[in-house]
Amino acid sequence: MNLLDIVLAIPLLGFLVLLLVPRAAEGAMRATALGFSLVAFAVSLGLAVQYETIRPGGQFITDIVWIASPNIHYHVSLDGLSLWLLILTTLLTPICILISWRSIRIRIKEFFAFMLLLEFGLTGVFAAQDLFLFYVFWEVSLVPMYFLIGIWGHERRIYAALKFFLYTFAASVLMLTAIIYVYNHAGTFNYADILAHLASGKLHFNPSQQMMLFLAFFLAFAVKVPIFPLHTWLPDAHVEAPTAGSVMLASVMLKMGTYGLVRFCLPMFPGAARACAPWIVVLAIIGIVYGALVAMVQPNMKKLVAYSSVSHLGFVVLGIFSFTQIGMDGAVYQMLNHGISTGALFVLVGYLDERRHSLVIADYRGVAAPAPWLSTVFMIAMLASIGLPLLNNFVGEFLVLQGSAQTNFLHWTVPASIGVILSACYMLWLYQRVFYGETPDEVRRHVFDLQPREWAAIVPLIAMMVWMGVYSQSFLPAVRKTTAHILDQTLVNVQIRVQAPAAPIFRAATVRERSHAR
Amino acid sequence: MPVNFAPSSVEYLRFLAEIILIAAGTLLMVLDVILRKQSRDIYGHISILALSAAMAAAVLAYSSPGPAFSDMLVVDGFATFFRVLVIGVGILTVLSSYSFLQREGAETGEYHALLLFSIAGQCVMVSAGELIMIFIGLEISSISSYVLAGYLRDDKRANEAALKYFLLGSFATAFFLYGVAVVYGMTGSTYLTAIHTVLSGGPAAPAPVFIGVALALMFVGLAFKVSGAPFQIWAPDVYQGAPTPVSAFLTTGPKAAAFAVFLRIFMTAFEPIARDWYPLVWGSALLSMTIGNFAALTQSNIKRLLGYSSIAHAGYVLVAVSAHSHIGTAAAMFYLVAYAFMNIGAFAVVSHLSGKGERFLSVDDFAGLGVRQPGTAALLSIFLLSLIGVPLTGGFFGKFYIFKAALDAHLVWLTVLGLLNSAVAAYYYLRILVAMYMREPGEATSELEPLSLGLRAALVIPALGTLFLGIFPTWVLDFAGKSSMLTR
Repeated sequence: MNLLDIVLAIPLLGFLVLLLVPRAAEGAMRATALGFSLVAFAVSLGLAVQYETIRPGGQFITDIVWIASPNIHYHVSLDGLSLWLLILTTLLTPICILISWRSIRIRIKEFFAFMLLLEFGLTGVFAAQDLFLFYVFWEVSLVPMYFLIGIWGHERRIYAALKFFLYTFAASVLMLTAIIYVYNHAGTFNYADILAHLASGKLHFNPSQQMMLFLAFFLAFAVKVPIFPLHTWLPDAHVEAPTAGSVMLASVMLKMGTYGLVRFCLPMFPGAARACAPWIVVLAIIGIVYGALVAMVQPNMKKLVAYSSVSHLGFVVLGIFSFTQIGMDGAVYQMLNHGISTGALFVLVGYLDERRHSLVIADYRGVAAPAPWLSTVFMIAMLASIGLPLLNNFVGEFLVLQGSAQTNFLHWTVPASIGVILSACYMLWLYQRVFYGETPDEVRRHVFDLQPREWAAIVPLIAMMVWMGVYSQSFLPAVRKTTAHILDQTLVNVQIRVQAPAAPIFRAATVRERSHAR
Repeated sequence: MPVNFAPSSVEYLRFLAEIILIAAGTLLMVLDVILRKQSRDIYGHISILALSAAMAAAVLAYSSPGPAFSDMLVVDGFATFFRVLVIGVGILTVLSSYSFLQREGAETGEYHALLLFSIAGQCVMVSAGELIMIFIGLEISSISSYVLAGYLRDDKRANEAALKYFLLGSFATAFFLYGVAVVYGMTGSTYLTAIHTVLSGGPAAPAPVFIGVALALMFVGLAFKVSGAPFQIWAPDVYQGAPTPVSAFLTTGPKAAAFAVFLRIFMTAFEPIARDWYPLVWGSALLSMTIGNFAALTQSNIKRLLGYSSIAHAGYVLVAVSAHSHIGTAAAMFYLVAYAFMNIGAFAVVSHLSGKGERFLSVDDFAGLGVRQPGTAALLSIFLLSLIGVPLTGGFFGKFYIFKAALDAHLVWLTVLGLLNSAVAAYYYLRILVAMYMREPGEATSELEPLSLGLRAALVIPALGTLFLGIFPTWVLDFAGKSSMLTR
């Protein structure tokens, strides 16, 4: 049992312990949940310390048989791609528990139990190296989120919860079909073995098989990301969810989709991925511009942030399907950035909602006067989201745009850049409408400045924004090692599969990029 | 050829489970006359004792597997698996019936006697190696079930259910029997192994037309018993009208036994012509899943909803049958166990909630159960999530295994359509979860009594079973896999 197993076990243990805490002991329940999530976070920091950046493959490997036949293993490990996403999850869970401290008043026990179950599912998704195990965690994370939205959400919560569940579930059963199909051909769920079999030619999918499998996986991930036009569940779910739910949804659950694309779609089906890349990128760019435009006209703050997620995730997809080292690095970095900055925005919108009990932008004006610190913090989060240099999103967006420029400057980078400009428009306009101007009585009476507990929840996020913006070298080397490995895998497999004449040129290009990157 | 007609003692051992059940059933009928109404629960206690003894006998019989009564019965792993399953279903049914019978003020002696007879019939069905024995078992099981469906004789719906079940059921059995006759005419035998030998080819193989006719007739009879489309029309009415514990029983016990017969006949006697019959089952599977799931979407009565869902689940098992492989057989066996657990559990909650006279049967009546009785609601959530097919539950692993078998048999489209069907199904199960957790308590949940001991057991055991099958499926799976090699 290594550190990673401990990180995975703690939330589950917390979930079980919480079920045993008597219903009347509300304080004990909150403390238990916070305690377990903090311990999980502390241990996960140990992972970051022990992680050896120079090694590209999985670390902290545990591989034991779960079910003998069909051959299913509890097989977990971390690499540069999953390490930071896992830590993002363990960081955000205690923050979400903190911000729900007072705002959740009914069924406290269930709420915090579901938060820990959600953490268990999400950390598992990022750690699983067995396709079956991955699917199990993937679905397990769905259930607590369904309840979080449905029980503690706003007015249209039931509709939103159902839509969220059905969209994701319907798309993921296709992935299950594909997983079983792969198993029946490969004879194993072990992901590393499957890749090895593909590389050695022992496992072979003809182009049409590869395309069908790719699409089955892609659809499940695309719904989760969400890629335009599969995004319609997202505004509903985000707006109706309680603040903690929105944060986990935007910051971590959307990353399950992009993580899946990088982890599974590219290495397993590189030929199909490359063949589909042009139209996927078109959808991503539509998402970037469309999300930004729709965000601009939203009267509801939460919906505005939700649509900005569609826009930001478009950048991630663009980076992934640029098939360049820099673009891929940027995409992974942008996943983390979006988790931090959009998470912070949802937290802050939640603070406002707790005070004024409204999410409508028109109900606010001049908040800066009664709550100067809240305004300042919001400003930093907003600037990070826009992509101001020295804050985190700038790094990610820059890398993505540079990567896409290497592939197709005119048709990919130029329209995507419009999204950056638009994001400045809707964010600044939001800030202006909410925080500046004459303060009406309603706002003055209800809105007060940050409380210590609220400070505790937001400061780590602000600190991360600055750290990730100023010194990305703390994070990027581990990411780069892994993405380079994944890009290599896509090249190796393509060469053997379809004997693509372009492959040697790709390889040369990648080597050149990497030497640049160094 | 000298034939020894006197059965040996080991043959009695192989038949011990049935003997215990029949004896106990008869005892109950006698006791009913003697004790009259002095103690109502005693019949339940005796039934549980008898069922436990029968289960032990079934397990014991497996210690010396083999044929009995000149090959009419075959005690193999397959038979033992299903015997334990139907007897287990019986125990859970009895547990969930205590408070129901008390609430409705119904006679308990006959109820339990009929239940024991029905289970004895199912035990015969699953271990029969010969068509006439199968027919006898089927009749014993069915006739008791018809009476059980109409057990509340003052209830209009129960009467309708019983009558419908009886008329259509007899009709279907007649089809089956006609098929048996044709098979006998063609092959000169009613023994499954002998039929297998004849159909395997050689000079004695009968004309394909006749085999087709016989096969179709038997398929009609069996598809009716498992409520597979297009012979599922009766199912929602019967499951809605029958007393709730009986509905739980009918959707699990007799259905599992019928599937056992289905598998045994089609995977032994008709195995040589599997390539010809599997499209038939393929179509029935797809129809069952689609009709069941789409009809369930619009139901507001919970028992009717679970009735349609039961058709859909029969469809999933038919997917496994149409894979016509050992893995398919094992998958069907595993799924039937998982389904028995989750469905009995779900029906037990319905029975608990419905109140005297079964007044509260609407999905909306579940409103606020999560607040009033969090424990009950949590258990029902486990069953519903398992019915949806969410990982870490038996329902998920069962579905996974079924569709794995189907993909092994290159039934790609059936797999895709089946899994999409399960996504459709998620909607109507989620509606119940929505009502339980996301709506304010209504009349039904406000005056809810605490769970009785019997119901508590009938909920906790299936819940543990569901989770166990989802997290540690190996144990059941291994046994199913081992015994899916049917005796030919």
